[in-house]
Amino acid sequence: MKRTLSIVAVATMALSVGMAQAAEELFIYNWTEYTPPELVAKFEAETGIKVTVDTYDSNETLLAKLQAGATGYDLVVPSQNFVPIFVSEGLIQKVNVSGMSNFKNIQERWRNPAWDPKQEYSSPWQWGTTSFSYNSENYSGKGESLKEFFEPNEEASGRVSAFQTPDEVVNLANIYLGLPFCSEDPAEMKQVQDLLVAQKEHIIAYNSETMSDMLTSGEAIITNHWSGFSRLGRLTGAPIVYAYPKEGVIGWYDSLVVPSSAKNVDNARKFMNFMMDPVNMAMLTVNQGYGDSIIGSSKYYTEELKSAPEVNPPSDVPVIFATTCSPKAQSLIDKVWMKVMQ
Amino acid sequence: MSSWLPTNPSSRRWLGLAPTYLVIGIFMLFPMIIMGTYSFMEANPYGGVKPVFSTAAYIQLAWEYDLDNTLIFNPGYLKIIWRSIELSVMATVICLIFGFPVAYYITLQPENRRNFYIYLITIPFWTNLLIRTFAWIIILGRNGVIELPLLSLGIIEKSLGMMYSDGAIAIGLTYSYLPLMVLPIYASLEKLDFRLLEAASDLYASRLAIMTKIVIPLSKPGIIAGCILVFIPCLGAFIAPNLLGGGKKLMLGSLVQFQFASARNWPFGSALSMLMLAVVVIVLILYARGAKKSTAGEKATES
Amino acid sequence: MSDKLSPSTKGRKILPVGHYRGLGVWNVAFLFFLYMPIAVLIFYSFNANRMVMLWGGFSFKWYIKAFNNTAIQDAVINSLIVAFFATVLSTAIATVGALVLARGGNFRGKTMSLGLITLPLMVPEIVTAVAMLIFFAAIGLNWGLGNVIIAHVTFCIPFAFMPIRARLEGMDTTLEQASRDLYASEWETFRFITVPLLMPGIIAGAMLAFVISMDDFIITLMVSGAGSTTLPVYIYSMIRRGLSPEINAVSTLLLLFSITIVTAYWVVSKKTQTKTVH
Repeated sequence: MKRTLSIVAVATMALSVGMAQAAEELFIYNWTEYTPPELVAKFEAETGIKVTVDTYDSNETLLAKLQAGATGYDLVVPSQNFVPIFVSEGLIQKVNVSGMSNFKNIQERWRNPAWDPKQEYSSPWQWGTTSFSYNSENYSGKGESLKEFFEPNEEASGRVSAFQTPDEVVNLANIYLGLPFCSEDPAEMKQVQDLLVAQKEHIIAYNSETMSDMLTSGEAIITNHWSGFSRLGRLTGAPIVYAYPKEGVIGWYDSLVVPSSAKNVDNARKFMNFMMDPVNMAMLTVNQGYGDSIIGSSKYYTEELKSAPEVNPPSDVPVIFATTCSPKAQSLIDKVWMKVMQ
Repeated sequence: MSSWLPTNPSSRRWLGLAPTYLVIGIFMLFPMIIMGTYSFMEANPYGGVKPVFSTAAYIQLAWEYDLDNTLIFNPGYLKIIWRSIELSVMATVICLIFGFPVAYYITLQPENRRNFYIYLITIPFWTNLLIRTFAWIIILGRNGVIELPLLSLGIIEKSLGMMYSDGAIAIGLTYSYLPLMVLPIYASLEKLDFRLLEAASDLYASRLAIMTKIVIPLSKPGIIAGCILVFIPCLGAFIAPNLLGGGKKLMLGSLVQFQFASARNWPFGSALSMLMLAVVVIVLILYARGAKKSTAGEKATES
Repeated sequence: MSDKLSPSTKGRKILPVGHYRGLGVWNVAFLFFLYMPIAVLIFYSFNANRMVMLWGGFSFKWYIKAFNNTAIQDAVINSLIVAFFATVLSTAIATVGALVLARGGNFRGKTMSLGLITLPLMVPEIVTAVAMLIFFAAIGLNWGLGNVIIAHVTFCIPFAFMPIRARLEGMDTTLEQASRDLYASEWETFRFITVPLLMPGIIAGAMLAFVISMDDFIITLMVSGAGSTTLPVYIYSMIRRGLSPEINAVSTLLLLFSITIVTAYWVVSKKTQTKTVH
């Protein structure tokens, strides 16, 4: 009898691990390799809140998970063009960022951005660019034009990789073809489709994760890449160069937002405020190598970071930020992508 | 103590089966029914479904609205489905060719050694599928385990490019499910009466004839079971196509997973799943019919 | 007798009926193919170089890193919790089901019941995963790890079922009959004779269910919520982070763990067989 009781007790305890949140916890759902352990440790030490980090690989996966009703996440990190979608679908809640104590640290240019005009939902994480990277030992080109990515020469043909998700690949195609983002015009999207289908001949894999590995091992010569992630690859000693093609690169901005189903809203707000402190944001930026939007954080940068090309786009290269596409435009993008994937 | 159990054997049976029916019924059958209904709904542009009746998902399997909204035939998905079936059949056949001699060899061993061989064969299977597939990335990759010695010995000059190809997917699939082919065949062969073989050789049958006319036909139930056990998982596989195929050659499994992740088209993903289920059901029905015929045949020969 | 078979085998050893030249070699080649990836995996887990494919010397550092990784520790605990509950529940359900199906004779609905209990085996995993995702989303069930446990119980049932049923079918009923002849009640017979005799089968079924649950990836990936990352799902996210020997180290540890359980399963099964041979 006693044994049965103790088994029941253990069972109830274990089940409650999954069901109810214990005191002072925080569940962060972020991109892979985007949450430095030292940053988490610092927050835990300062506040005594236990942090758990789960990961996803793309905005689309995040949206799919939240749409499917997954709860328990207190903070998620969408890109700027997804924030309005989350708002309109009722997936995130207002947390009054503009009322937080560290709000004043956000640089002017990033305050009350287009995707969150009253700064009610989101607080800064990192911003950066999307372009392509190449292995300078295997490739004689200089990454001067998107043509090298979409219509690679013989040297690189068959060893190009693009992202697994459509939005940024399509947008790079838009930049290359001189078309606007989020086009609702089928004729324009047809051009994009033709370009991507033609590119597929040269592609070795559609991959959003192991780009640096592929460049290092030589499996790929040119890969779709993000600025900071490319820098991390370069820092391991591999000859990875991030390209700034003349047509332009995509800009993106990731923010912390709180899902409507979050259980630890106060702790989430504490973390958001924590990240708006220049010391902490600098820790993140040094670790990740993207850009940040907090005043005074550059004081804490390392020398290497201050001069890293991935963090300092040349002034003559346009950085174009993606906007949220209308459902009609989005379905055109999905159609094009399905065609490419077939 | 037994008074709380019903004495009627029929109600006892159903009581014992009730938990099974409850769990699998509620958490598997019912979800599949919901999935079926979702396949007849409209997709929500940002994921999920709109409860509006629509056959759009099924139409999408073979037709599409071109960018200027005319309905044209689209062989794209059918190609993917066909490729999945092709690769699954290929993996099944390779498993059969590799696995049959092994199963046969084990039957020839003395009893106590047999179990050891079976144990050896099942160990890789009970380990994580992801890990096993990942090992092949290391083996097949550029400068990987296969290429490195060949390159340094000068046998080949540049990379064979084995990764991110159909061949790599086939190897991954074969490797994952090989034990599932060996075990049923072994179970069938175990029951083989070796006296039949000796009788045949007494009657001047050649070794080849013994194999083709006696052993193989008698192990048919095992062979068929093995083929089914390999074919079905291969059809729905998505790890091997993703990790080893580079996400370029979509197979059914990865296509379905894609619909629920990036493509946000749940009805279409559900329709594809229903299609997969239909293929599985057809295969199983054929198997059941074949099994009935062979037992009837056996009974006939016995009498 | 076997002379008639192969007149051309002058001087070579004549094989008995049914044996064929080269089978042994084939078998060895087969085992080599089967174990080579595992050997590669373990070998490269000791690679000092971060770039997993380029050997850089021997080192234990990835194992040390894996042991100190709190995320891995959390994932392991989650995996163990899920596997524990899934094993207990699925084995219990499978046991009563097997008792009915193996002992109940031919009743109407037997084929259907057999079909239902093996349904999770027949359906491709991705379909099961997606259907469960839809189901949990549709009814709004969000028990975190509880969702994962429910899913695991469901697909572990057939795996627990098979060894138990095999054991039942091979079991000698004379002891049970003797017990009834000696006026023991049904319950007493069940509790003191049937269950102990059946125990090896139950244990075998439980072990199978445990290993299957520990290794499941696809279904868990689709169904998991916050803080319910299990070890295979975590390994997947590691692969996405880049191919480093740390993945090999964690995989090797998981491998060793599974091998231990499977070995225990086979030892128990062997005991099963020796018990039934009188």
